[in-house]
Amino acid sequence: MSRRTIRVRVNDVEHTGEVEPRKLLSDFIRDDLGLTGTHVGCEHGVCGACTVLLNGDPVRSCLMFAVQADGAEIDTVEGLAPDANTLHPLQEKFQERHGLQCGFCTPGILLTARALLREVPDPGETEIREWISGNLCRCTGYRNIVTAIREAAELMSECGAATSAPRKD
Amino acid sequence: MAYIGSSVRRKEDVPLLRGIGRYVGDIRRPGMVHAAILRSTRAHARLAAIDASAALTLPGVIGVLTAADMPGLKTIPMRTGQLPGLERSQQTPIATDRVRYVGEPVAVVVARDRYVAEDALELMEVVYEELPAVVDARMAMGAEAPRLHDAVPGNEPAGFEVETGDVQRALGECDLVIEQTFETNRHAAVPLETRGLVAEYDEPRGMLTVWGPTKMTHTNWRILSELSGLPQSAIHFIEPAVGGGFGARGEFYPEDFLIPFAAMHFRVPVCWIEDRSEHLKSTNHSRQQSYRVRLGLRNDGTIVAMDAEILFDMGGYTRTHGGVPIVSSSAMLQGPLRIPNYRCRIHCVLTNKTPVGTYRSPGRYEANFVRERLVDIAAHRLGLDPAELRRRNMIRPEEMPYDLGRNPYHYNVYDSGDLPGQLDAALSHMGYEELRRRCEEARAEGRAMGVGIGCFVETSGIGPWEYARVEVGNNGGVVLYSGINSVGQGIATALSQIVADEMCVPIEDVRVVHGDTAKVPYGNGSNASRSTVMAGSAAVGACGKVKEKLLRLAAAELEIDAGDLVLADGRISVRGAPERSLDFAALARLALPGPALARGFSPGISEEDFFATDKRPFPYGVHVAVVEVDRETGMIEILDYLVMEDVGRKVNPMIVEGQMAGGLAQGIGGALLEEFVFDGDGQPQATSFMDYLMPTAMDVPRGQFISTEEYPSPHNPLGVKGAGEGGITAAGAALANAVSNALGVEVTRLPLKPGYLLELMDATEKG
Repeated sequence: MSRRTIRVRVNDVEHTGEVEPRKLLSDFIRDDLGLTGTHVGCEHGVCGACTVLLNGDPVRSCLMFAVQADGAEIDTVEGLAPDANTLHPLQEKFQERHGLQCGFCTPGILLTARALLREVPDPGETEIREWISGNLCRCTGYRNIVTAIREAAELMSECGAATSAPRKD
Repeated sequence: MAYIGSSVRRKEDVPLLRGIGRYVGDIRRPGMVHAAILRSTRAHARLAAIDASAALTLPGVIGVLTAADMPGLKTIPMRTGQLPGLERSQQTPIATDRVRYVGEPVAVVVARDRYVAEDALELMEVVYEELPAVVDARMAMGAEAPRLHDAVPGNEPAGFEVETGDVQRALGECDLVIEQTFETNRHAAVPLETRGLVAEYDEPRGMLTVWGPTKMTHTNWRILSELSGLPQSAIHFIEPAVGGGFGARGEFYPEDFLIPFAAMHFRVPVCWIEDRSEHLKSTNHSRQQSYRVRLGLRNDGTIVAMDAEILFDMGGYTRTHGGVPIVSSSAMLQGPLRIPNYRCRIHCVLTNKTPVGTYRSPGRYEANFVRERLVDIAAHRLGLDPAELRRRNMIRPEEMPYDLGRNPYHYNVYDSGDLPGQLDAALSHMGYEELRRRCEEARAEGRAMGVGIGCFVETSGIGPWEYARVEVGNNGGVVLYSGINSVGQGIATALSQIVADEMCVPIEDVRVVHGDTAKVPYGNGSNASRSTVMAGSAAVGACGKVKEKLLRLAAAELEIDAGDLVLADGRISVRGAPERSLDFAALARLALPGPALARGFSPGISEEDFFATDKRPFPYGVHVAVVEVDRETGMIEILDYLVMEDVGRKVNPMIVEGQMAGGLAQGIGGALLEEFVFDGDGQPQATSFMDYLMPTAMDVPRGQFISTEEYPSPHNPLGVKGAGEGGITAAGAALANAVSNALGVEVTRLPLKPGYLLELMDATEKG
């Protein structure tokens, strides 16, 4: 099958790849870029585990071909923390509030929450639930996830982080 | 005791939050190729021919395997739940001449990547000679039904009966006998990560390495050895991170033979990642049971007798846990009630559907639904409040330990607890009387609000043993080697808390190693809410031996009697002279072979222990659901929900309550949304998340979760009871009772889908 060259900027790093047109974005991120934090739970766009930010918007990377992402800026979970020794406030609160058990849905939920807090810095419980209703979690029953997102919002607004530049905290 | 009882943050979290946890799909081996499984599209058929020639010509295809390539195939054995007769319907890892459910493995395609492997599946030609399928368990028992396995006439490979007292006589003497049938819906664990395996055969070393099976790694290690003929010493199993278990993951499935076989056959590392559609068709289903029950009471509400017949729909084959779910139902149908005369007749029935196994609270979720519904129906008939009827019949604390009566397959003596006390505490917390009144007022105004109770006793901590080895390393750190697995529940954290307290060291100094057969020789894995109970207790035993060794080493070095030494803060010191002390690193140096042998010690600081028991701890509790049903649409809104559970002793309250909340969400899914529907030909209708509905953040209420530790278990040194299943176990029960209360109907089957509720409302109106 013919291959196409694509260029993407992932977590602020430029990547060039040669892909078959049918290759899913999720597979490109995981297999070609080696960023396996993006998980694949259903491959038909329901579970939300593969959620990444594409030009800032949450998308299901299993529902896109890699070639469709040519030229895009992508954020994956690996790029969320500011450095190797510090967690993002969302990650911090997910640990503190026990917002994860097996951790498989967590990257997708973190990125959805990241997009939520950029758009709505001070979301209420219902708003948080609506935003993450496209991300299935089989372990936690969601309550601790909602609490963690809520408290991360508070933490980020205290730090003034939520209003900073559109892409990085 | 600094860590036990404290909600310490989980050790597991940081890599998972950073996206660097390594799940099986994240493993990359040099030269690794990918397998895809060709699965039966027929529920019941003879395999007349399989033609792989077109697939084999596709560039990138490495090869195709069918049963013909695997001479001497054995069936996958039961590891537990071995009811006599069930061995006659065990499954071979790949279909030989017949298929018995849609999704059964027929061939394995191995190719350069998964895209090519799936292309090749499309090119495979299979000729099926269709046989009539049977999908309903009661019909499968009929004389006209097609026979699934030649060795099993009547499609009933096993059955048994338990009886305490004299049910027939007692029912004859009752004032009221309620006769009712109940059905529970086929659904399953459906963890968010599908199954997957990586297998690699190192030919020069003669070593097969398998990444993936995570629940009872050591059991699968043994089974693969038995099926493949390789000695266990030539097989190395490694547990990766996994995306949830809940009973379904990590049993020995057909692919657990096929993928290692492919790796050895083609001499390349092989990766197989199940897709979601495969998962919904081939990973164990659960929960489908049919009940006929009679409950006998006196007019004062005293329950005198229960007589039950249960059909256990097994699907097409016996799987690794045999009759575990139905054994559990037969034992725990009595739940928290004192039932002097009890009989339960069990029929295990084969149907042309996906085989079943355990799902969190196997058999008990179903039994709790049936019993708790019956109690409410009885209360309605007698004009009593459902809570009051329960109070009158619950086993009282002074009756503990309470023997439920003989069950040949299940340990049946409740260890400790105050069941009515827990009920009253839950009702008082929820303001039950006021709630009942409010619901009545709402109903008078035309709003269908209701409150429902579900009481339960869970079982946990299954033996018969667990292994632990504790060592003090060269840096003074403590390492626990444990025979359990991590399926996302936070067990490494809980065990670290236990070891840190036992060894008087900071939790950061404790490391837990598990799920690696090269490092841990024995284990029974993580299931049946056993990990903290069994592995925690084994760890306590091994820590005790290590402490003794540390004291002996220190006594020799400090030339003082061991009785004059104390262990605190990671050091051993002379009592009253803390300046004379040795830290663990110094003691580890003293235990090196040179100095140790010179002093007459065995080298090293490493001690093994087994915790063995045939008894089990029984956590218990109460669910209270408050719902409102839309009479027009049949949609249910959960207004409030309480789960209260006594777990004997909480190692980590945050994790305990996390288990309760997660369990409840799954229970809500099973009660309201999730169902594997099959058509009359055995074709599955729920093969994607578009048809198999799992609860989202909009479906699950915030809920209230209260864990208590008033009645420690006498059966283990920690006093713990397993906490993994209380959150799910009575969800079907409480929701069905709440909906019945809201609509003034009697729910007798799950799930509570809108269509069913509208049917019930119609029937009530027609009276």
